[in-house]
Amino acid sequence: MTMSESSSFAGGWKVEHLLSDALRPIEPPERLSGRLEDTLSAVTQAAAEELSEWAEELSESELRALRDPRNWVRPVAAIGAGSAAAGALLVLEIRRRSHQQAKGRLRSLADRLR
Amino acid sequence: MSAQDNVEPASLDPEAKAELDRAFEDLYRAHLRDVYSYAYYRVGNPHDAEDLTEQAFLQAYRHFDRARRESDGRPLRPWLIRIAHNLASNYYRDRSRRPQTSLEESADPIPARHGTEAIAEGREKLREVIAHLDRLPDDRREALIMRFALGMDNREIARALGRSDGATKVLIHRAIKQLQEEMSDDDE
Repeated sequence: MTMSESSSFAGGWKVEHLLSDALRPIEPPERLSGRLEDTLSAVTQAAAEELSEWAEELSESELRALRDPRNWVRPVAAIGAGSAAAGALLVLEIRRRSHQQAKGRLRSLADRLR
Repeated sequence: MSAQDNVEPASLDPEAKAELDRAFEDLYRAHLRDVYSYAYYRVGNPHDAEDLTEQAFLQAYRHFDRARRESDGRPLRPWLIRIAHNLASNYYRDRSRRPQTSLEESADPIPARHGTEAIAEGREKLREVIAHLDRLPDDRREALIMRFALGMDNREIARALGRSDGATKVLIHRAIKQLQEEMSDDDE
């Protein structure tokens, strides 16, 4: 090790020593622990309440009914009917647009012929 | 990502959730000071440091189950500090600001127990090191905060910064060397 490397090494230790003194861990204020614990309990309680409210909203008979696949026919039929209605509306809209386009094309053809 | 990865504490069965909450409480008690110290040295004032610490623990709680499963028994402190590190970065980005108070102004480097008249020169030296630390590039300063304020080893710092062990060793070495050179220049 050369003289300059040796002094650089010693300087490194000195800086580390100074850093250890300067960057001391900082104790959080007392109020922070209380605040954090309150927030965390509020979060867990809110999540638990949300789950229990959802479960309470359904009566026991509704829950039983939901578990029975025979009762799935009605919602499936409702979804099917909804889809059919949406499809019908779509067909009507396409027809209306093509009718208007045809009328537009006829009008411009008539204009050109004049 | 499997469906299980998205499990939040509230959706676990009550027994598992109680066990998870106890483990989180242990983690929280063991590392509240680390997270707060890191936040304080990053943002430079106690008020924002408290907010950042609270946000870090809330986010940690949300992902604690998954982090514990993926840690394979390794300590979770680097993961916690990484959360605080990312939140601190977002804090500056969102508010387009640097610390309201620099390290130099905020951190009183002289703890009360050093309160003797013989310490005057040491006090000046500590202020000097803090002032130089404040001017280091972000990654070097953050690594030194983790090493000296939190006492983290190279491997922990590497995990917290998302770097390799080797790159972290080099980062810390260069940070100390830069500080040492700049302080030597000042002395001349």
